[in-house]
Amino acid sequence: MYAALWRILPGPIWVRILLLVALLIVVLVVADLWLFPLIATLVDTGDTGAVNTG
Amino acid sequence: MSKKKALVIEVGDLLTTPVPTGRSRWLSVLSVTAEIMVTAGVGVLLYVFWFAVVNPAVVGAGQTATAAQQSRLYSEHLPQSEATPSASPQASATPAPDDSPVAPVAPVVVPVMAEPARSASPIAVIYIPRFGADWKRVVRQSTSDQVLNSATAGVGHYTGTAMPGGIGNFAIAAHDTGYGNTFLGVSTLKLGDRIYLQTDSGWYTYEFRNFQYVQPNAINVLNAVPTVSTTATTDRIITMTTCNPPYHAAERMIAYGTFLAFSTAAPGELGPTLARGN
Repeated sequence: MYAALWRILPGPIWVRILLLVALLIVVLVVADLWLFPLIATLVDTGDTGAVNTG
Repeated sequence: MSKKKALVIEVGDLLTTPVPTGRSRWLSVLSVTAEIMVTAGVGVLLYVFWFAVVNPAVVGAGQTATAAQQSRLYSEHLPQSEATPSASPQASATPAPDDSPVAPVAPVVVPVMAEPARSASPIAVIYIPRFGADWKRVVRQSTSDQVLNSATAGVGHYTGTAMPGGIGNFAIAAHDTGYGNTFLGVSTLKLGDRIYLQTDSGWYTYEFRNFQYVQPNAINVLNAVPTVSTTATTDRIITMTTCNPPYHAAERMIAYGTFLAFSTAAPGELGPTLARGN
């Protein structure tokens, strides 16, 4: 998987490393802004700190 | 560890033997499986880190900024006295910290706002110095997720309970951990700690009195006289509810306080944080 990724990336080794770092940042940003909030709503227990009035 | 090793093997394969044999194909299936599992594990750890550290920091900063903004809005709306010269709210608050809270002679009529009908309408800005010098949050109507998980609120007012300064029970809720860690500090409250609420009428001061640990369904803590009676007496009470223990929700921790005073002047204790303006 990561070997294939490494193969796909163009350029000399330092370009590939830079691309990997950029890719990692993109993945982290997407995860923090969209993926993790979505997961949080899915695994939400409904416990907000309120006593259950419903 | 194994991820790194797998990568090294694969890069080695790449350089020496571009066409995999049957054995190395089997190895690469294994290593891809290992990579996926390690990646998934790292993903779970990242999620936990996001939930426990990143998201509370981001949401908390948003909640504080919104509260500072709402507080300035209220200060500008203040009818008379202290707020008139535009530069002076903090100046007037700092020099006389102790004798400002309430007019000592004539009993001040405590203004009580009407409960907003719309969910998430702002009710007040709450200040609890025990939670940190700059800790402040907007209290909004209803205890829905929309309010409690929000980066522009954090504290929700139980629909139907009293309003700030009102006779009965002003009941509010917030998360302890996650989404701004809003009420994480509740357990650090000490007898007599001040709880301030700012509305566009002025400042309501409550004093922390005691804790209670209850089951999550103990809605009688919201009673006009908590756990005792649904009929209001003359008492003006504040009730704060949050989850207990932190990062878990087996119980609810309740902090009660009693009303002390109303004033149009900002409390002296809040002078520094109001001067900083955020």
